[in-house]
Amino acid sequence: MIALFWICALVAIASGIWTISSRQPVHSVVGLIVNFAALAVLFLTLNADFLAMMQIIIYAGAILVLFLFVIALLTIGAQPIEQGPGRLAFQAAPSVVAGLAALLVMSAGLRVAWSQSASAPVLDLGSVATFGQQLLTTHVFAFEVTAFILLIAIVGVILMAGRKELRF
Amino acid sequence: MPDPAWTYVLIFFVVALVVASLIAIVPGIFTKKRPTPEKLEPYECGVPPTSAMLGRFPVRFYLVAMLFVVFDVEAASFYPWAVRLRDLGGFGLLEMVAFIVVLGIGYAYVWKKGGFSWR
Repeated sequence: MIALFWICALVAIASGIWTISSRQPVHSVVGLIVNFAALAVLFLTLNADFLAMMQIIIYAGAILVLFLFVIALLTIGAQPIEQGPGRLAFQAAPSVVAGLAALLVMSAGLRVAWSQSASAPVLDLGSVATFGQQLLTTHVFAFEVTAFILLIAIVGVILMAGRKELRF
Repeated sequence: MPDPAWTYVLIFFVVALVVASLIAIVPGIFTKKRPTPEKLEPYECGVPPTSAMLGRFPVRFYLVAMLFVVFDVEAASFYPWAVRLRDLGGFGLLEMVAFIVVLGIGYAYVWKKGGFSWR
């Protein structure tokens, strides 16, 4: 079990570095797919079956398709991608601050997780069956609100992408 | 500890990886490379390429992709409900009907605005 964790963690880190360091955007997407797959297995080791499935279906399936479309739209003309993006003016300082803040949050979370006083999570909460039961009984309001949030997304897509292309 | 049933997924993944790797690697080992200009040009249905590879893409592709993401999330939310369908009974069915009706309004809106037609 520990071995599985270490393998997936190392794969996730390596593919993450590959994602942000490769010059070709399509290579970054491939690296991100590997990263998402490794994360899904990490979720499985935490008994979060539903989260793992959503990681594969929505992120590796749908979101990365969206990324590919963005890349297809980005590469307008024959500009060589190898030039890379222009350097942002104040890139270094905010990224260092954000990285330190993320480390702080992660260490705080780890301290809580490792402390003896932390309450044990409800057994089997992450399985699809338990999640479905909870979602449609206890948290049914949030479930129905999700439908409205998706409705807003649908309307937003049509309003933004169809501004000049579609006839109203 | 993951459910032991995930072992089948692991086996499937390993088999897919091995087969795909073999298909990708083995032909390169057993063939001689005799490139000609015709062989090296991009394949475009057997006719000479007509345009540059990196051209403009219509924004409609992006519209389709975004709608796909939204409806993919919708379809994925059926999954935990379908697993517990029998235990949730009629109330669960009503909840899902309400969910679908709300998203059906969005679907009808996209249809009305011509989001599904290409022109």
